Amino acid sequence: MAVINNIKAVTEALDVAMGLDKNVIVFGEDVGLEGGVFRATQGLQQKYGIERSFNAPISEAMFAGVGLGMAMNGMKPVVELQFQGLGLPALQNVIANISRMRNRSRGKWTAPMVIRMPMGGGIRALEHHSEALEAIFAHIPGIKTVMPSTPYDTKGLILAAIESPDPIIVLEPTKLYRAFKQEVPDGYYTVPIGKGYKIQEGNDLTIVTYGAQTVDCMKAVEMIKSTHPTASIELIDLRSIQPWDKKMVIESVKKTGRLLVVSEAVRSFGVPAEIIATVNENCFDSLKAPLARCTGYDVVIPYDRGEGYHQVNPQKVVEAIKKVLDYKF
Amino acid sequence: MKYIGKFDPQKDEIVRVMDKDGKIVNPKLAPTISDEEVIKAYSIMNLSRRQDDYQNKMQRQGRLLSFLSSTGQEACEVAYTMVIDPKKDFFVSGYRNNAAWLTMGQSIRNIMLYWAGNEAGAKAPDGVNSLPPNIIIGSQYSQATGIAFSEKYQGKKGVAVTTTGDGGMSEGETYEAMNFAKLHEVPVVFICENNKWAISTPTVQQTKSLNIAIKAIATGIPSIKVDGNDFLASYAVAKEAVEFARSGNGPVLIEFDTYRLGAHSSSDAPDVYRPKSEFEDRVPYEPLVRLKAYMIAKGIWSEEKQTALNEEQDKHIASEFAWVEQNKNYPIEDIFNYQYAELTEDLKDQLAEAKEFFAKYPETKDGGHH
Repeated sequence: MAVINNIKAVTEALDVAMGLDKNVIVFGEDVGLEGGVFRATQGLQQKYGIERSFNAPISEAMFAGVGLGMAMNGMKPVVELQFQGLGLPALQNVIANISRMRNRSRGKWTAPMVIRMPMGGGIRALEHHSEALEAIFAHIPGIKTVMPSTPYDTKGLILAAIESPDPIIVLEPTKLYRAFKQEVPDGYYTVPIGKGYKIQEGNDLTIVTYGAQTVDCMKAVEMIKSTHPTASIELIDLRSIQPWDKKMVIESVKKTGRLLVVSEAVRSFGVPAEIIATVNENCFDSLKAPLARCTGYDVVIPYDRGEGYHQVNPQKVVEAIKKVLDYKF
Repeated sequence: MKYIGKFDPQKDEIVRVMDKDGKIVNPKLAPTISDEEVIKAYSIMNLSRRQDDYQNKMQRQGRLLSFLSSTGQEACEVAYTMVIDPKKDFFVSGYRNNAAWLTMGQSIRNIMLYWAGNEAGAKAPDGVNSLPPNIIIGSQYSQATGIAFSEKYQGKKGVAVTTTGDGGMSEGETYEAMNFAKLHEVPVVFICENNKWAISTPTVQQTKSLNIAIKAIATGIPSIKVDGNDFLASYAVAKEAVEFARSGNGPVLIEFDTYRLGAHSSSDAPDVYRPKSEFEDRVPYEPLVRLKAYMIAKGIWSEEKQTALNEEQDKHIASEFAWVEQNKNYPIEDIFNYQYAELTEDLKDQLAEAKEFFAKYPETKDGGHH
């Protein structure tokens, strides 16, 4: 077991997968010698050669389309988009071709490929580098979307994504790349796609979150003890955005009667709305307070001077928790 | 090489073997091809043309959805698919490729099934590496590049052939794909069937390039312009291009100069946007007329043979369509089963919900059609 951070977990996952299967290759902007802007692929070209880890000319639509062609013809491409906001030209191929290939060919051609992209705010990046667009991917049938928050999950989910016969979008919160370290097993293991992780058990409130906000929520759960010392909070890291662990969330809310969903994405038409709708359909009789969400605002993700206003932070989560816990019919 | 590199796109040079009357005007450029092969090619061109006509009638009667006819473009489509091996090579099609699909070995019933609204029609039979119609134009260039990359990477000998129109060449992805394909020297043959019209936008409003072939020059890919209504020229160049790519020389682009004689789709009327004189000027150059005249002059074809072929093909087309009308519907599972390798828990629930609903109200499955 090594103690590593999230970015190293990405590298390890790719290293393990490439070591096991010659058909796994990685490419994207700058991913070759330098290892990408976040160094996620550092060392892979030296180890596996320029044929298996290489820079691609900057054209994201092509990355996705070429990856699809490779995947249809027996390879396991892992395409890196440099930032989610810069990868939008690839969206056309993700939605129009990759997600549909199995269905439109009635299973004759499939797209077992992985597209990784750094996403989310909090790293003081330039414009177009801080988007959180998971809802867009989650809305599209035919692809699966995961967003790990820990090194263990990062490695395990990327390996599961590479193993998967379906196209998988891996969203990697940039804020967490070097935020903390964790013990991670050596070698091969997977984290199942579609299964959440219960960070802590509780009886009074269920908090559902994912990505960088798991850290905010963990802090908030500590902070709330000063005003609500007896509050017992259940905290769930979804890990997979679509499919998401409905069963875990529904069971939890049936027990606690209260739900708060936390996401840094803009508020409207987002993942929290989907979770809240589902809980409403399944847990109405158990509810003790309105289902709540803590999110960014419906504004263009602000540039650095304004980003702090938009980002979810532990205090915002604390205020949202209080509102739910203190609600009286 | 006899063609690639010998005809300069920057001078707008074009490969042509026969004139509009089917007379060989450039014997030195004529390909080596047997009479049997020529007859086979003509027979597929004829079949595709008659299928287009039949489908147009069925579409007018509301028995097929809108479709895109290959009428006028059959020669190049048959030529570039005849020179590849459907088992080993790949055809990454556009949406206007009926004659090419037939040449690859797809059945009329499947093609019609697709135009009748059943995705099963997009599934080519085993041993036919032909992808479903690509409705998003330009995107097939990337996919073909990826497929070709895999062929090279895995040490296989297959070639990917992909095609789009003059309109498709305005999509950035075609350039992006060619650029990547050349960087990696992958075995892909990029084809543009320049049929002069992208729906109602003529080529002159699509690009200021001297021609389409010239667009490959910036990527370093060799390119060539061919008379796409001349089967012999199309066959000769396509064969050389596929061999060129297969031998490890990297990609190549062929512009087939052709003409769309029909509408863009069965839902539009070209009379509204296309000058009548232009259409009339192009009719005498259409590929079936030219190849037929060549074959008759050569003594390998006759009006009697033509009549017999028409009868046989019309019968086949009608019986295939009859099958489609009987088999075009599918069970509810089919809209769920192909989203992922396995149904997710959520989709299982949604399928159960849908089945319960349609068991109760089966008549509503005809959907929102009015």
